[in-house]
Amino acid sequence: MLTKKVKSRILFLFFIFSISAAVVVFILKSLNQNILYFSTPTEINQREDIILGDAMRVGGMVKKNSITVNKKNIQFIVTDFKNEILISYTGTVPNLFAEEKGVVAEGKLKDKKFFIADRILAKHDEEYMPPEIKQIIENNAK
Amino acid sequence: MLSNIGSILIFCILSSSLLIICNSCIDIKIKNQLIKKNIYNLSLFQTTATALSFFTLVAGFIFSDFSMINVYENSHTEKPLFYKIAGTWGNHEGSLLLWINILVLFSYLFLIFNYKHNKKFRLYTLIFQNFLIIGFVIFLLLNSNPFSSIYPIPSEGLGLNPILQDPALAIHPPLLYVGFVGCSIYFSAAIASILSEYNGKQFALSIKSWVQISWVFQTLGITVGSIWAYYELGWGGFWFWDPVENASLLPWFAISALMHSVMVLEKRNTLYEWVIILCLLTFILSVTGTFLVRSGILNSVHTFASDPSRGLYILIFLSLMILTSLIIFFKKRKRDTYNFNSNSKETFILANNWFMIFFLVTVLIGTLYPIFLDVLTNTKISVGPPFYNIVIIPFVIPFLLLMAIGPQTSWINSKKNYLFKAIYILVGALVINLFLFFFFGNYGLYSNLILIVATFLILHSIIDVKKSLKKKFEYPRIISHLGFGFLIFFIGVNYQHSVETDFNLRVGETKTTNNYEIFFENIKIKKNKNYKSIIGDFKIIDLKKKNVQYLNPEIRIYDKPETLTYEAAIKSRVNSDLYLTMSNVSRSDFYNIKFQNKPFMIWIWISALMIALGGIVQLMLKKNEN
Repeated sequence: MLTKKVKSRILFLFFIFSISAAVVVFILKSLNQNILYFSTPTEINQREDIILGDAMRVGGMVKKNSITVNKKNIQFIVTDFKNEILISYTGTVPNLFAEEKGVVAEGKLKDKKFFIADRILAKHDEEYMPPEIKQIIENNAK
Repeated sequence: MLSNIGSILIFCILSSSLLIICNSCIDIKIKNQLIKKNIYNLSLFQTTATALSFFTLVAGFIFSDFSMINVYENSHTEKPLFYKIAGTWGNHEGSLLLWINILVLFSYLFLIFNYKHNKKFRLYTLIFQNFLIIGFVIFLLLNSNPFSSIYPIPSEGLGLNPILQDPALAIHPPLLYVGFVGCSIYFSAAIASILSEYNGKQFALSIKSWVQISWVFQTLGITVGSIWAYYELGWGGFWFWDPVENASLLPWFAISALMHSVMVLEKRNTLYEWVIILCLLTFILSVTGTFLVRSGILNSVHTFASDPSRGLYILIFLSLMILTSLIIFFKKRKRDTYNFNSNSKETFILANNWFMIFFLVTVLIGTLYPIFLDVLTNTKISVGPPFYNIVIIPFVIPFLLLMAIGPQTSWINSKKNYLFKAIYILVGALVINLFLFFFFGNYGLYSNLILIVATFLILHSIIDVKKSLKKKFEYPRIISHLGFGFLIFFIGVNYQHSVETDFNLRVGETKTTNNYEIFFENIKIKKNKNYKSIIGDFKIIDLKKKNVQYLNPEIRIYDKPETLTYEAAIKSRVNSDLYLTMSNVSRSDFYNIKFQNKPFMIWIWISALMIALGGIVQLMLKKNEN
């Protein structure tokens, strides 16, 4: 027979264990629902399973002479030197946003050639390039 | 010239560390309570050498000595003096030197201020602290030496990134560094405590003030960083859940847990093992944060120009640190007996610790998961703010409730009468919330709950002020808890009632939106010392309250290095901030405008500063006691 003390200890451990398990499951589940995938224009072009309207990130270089501004929004073309995508954005651009510089846009795909961004990511350092974009340029240079 | 002096001083630090370790190892075997004089002297010498090396670098920046690569890369003769000095720690190499300065300074201060404590414990702390110093000095020498020279000597420097030329950013790194690196001393002390078996209440007393100091600095550092992000990044938010911000929050959770459980160790002489784990964890998380930021594996707004070899070194050092501390911990640990009554202060503090650890784990998973996924499957993802909101907010509600009730209980075993009081206050909070509801109009269930529990905590703390007029030692807790209650309250209101609109305007045009009429009157061009600015004149008419405000956002064109930055125009008022940024791309006639009205912004900062103030008051009270 287990003594009362041992019993209560087992119960306590079981309690703690199940709570932590529930918490971990909760965290991972929320995590899965809230991740943003990063894609390049080429990936968007090639992948069949992309769901339009899901929040995601697109990155590449801002194409030269592609920025236009009208009364409502800013539009520019992001390229990875193989494929391009048109991005439409309303709001102020972050510091260091310029033609022929790396950019990451967060928002939704309207179709495979058109992306509506809610946010353009700011960068700290003029020499700095997001690791994703650096890799794209390296890959395409080969 | 300066670079030679600097290098010599660095070698002085390294050799004095080695000498301190040798001397301490000899002295530790001598059975008396006095530490040999030469150890004090060596330690003082080391502190002086470190401080001098830092001033040497500062001098290099002030006199623009471009024979040092670091100065060449990060400074410029035409930069204002203030930013020349601040530029010293605005880069990787300089900030590492600041890091070493704090390691050494804390090592010395711990040695002299803890004279009442056990000799063996103090010497072991000194030995481990010096191992840390050696580790970071070698790192500095291997690949981030701020004193490396360059030949031929360039005539002009490359200049400091304009976004960093800002007063908030000049003080943000030193504050955070004292906070993060300050943790090193109780990391060393924790290992020393295990080895010297100097545990329990005495150990708690020896580290308590150090925990509070680093906690205050971390809190201040994070707040200043957040303020900077608010007005400099032009996005209008104060917390981004950016990986680098998360990296600063991780040690803060651990240290807040530690600050509470150290009280249990002091008063009840229990939870010793847990306190040790938290001591180790806090500094390990600080170094992990540094690793994440400096190695460049995170995609973030902060990223220093990165270098993989730096990451590798910190990673090796970090693994060594974790491994050593784990081995010592498991080999030498002594089993505690826990005897807790569920209705006692210690149980509530333990609950605080569980919540802190939960927040920590959530943020840790959210920050590291993208890295693991990238390494394992080469899929690139990022985790956005919704994740943190969904996971953390529901837990903030019980957390605030317990935070209000916990301090009402007493140690060991308490009566249940505080529960009646809690019910009255809860009713009060509900009534206040009802008023708010009528005043502000509709908002969601979650925000209602958040506001209710925040009000609950605020009311509890305010009532405690009255109760504890005679008990001074309660002040710090009341101030910090009150600050936390206000912080959550104002964040809740701010989140619910912020107004934000984006549009493009030409000079002379007007836009009407959300009860505001925004008139773009004119633009002016102004020449400054190291930049040119384009200033917009905006007239904002509040259609409801019929008042007029003028805002002047700027576009700055810096020459060295040539960069554009957009400076937000912010009108801070007691009840809300008006926030306007303007940008211009490809020299078009249209200016992109972001206009925001953010309620109670300054109160968010004030609440955060109040949290830190609690810690400062505690340190001052303690000083008066002695």
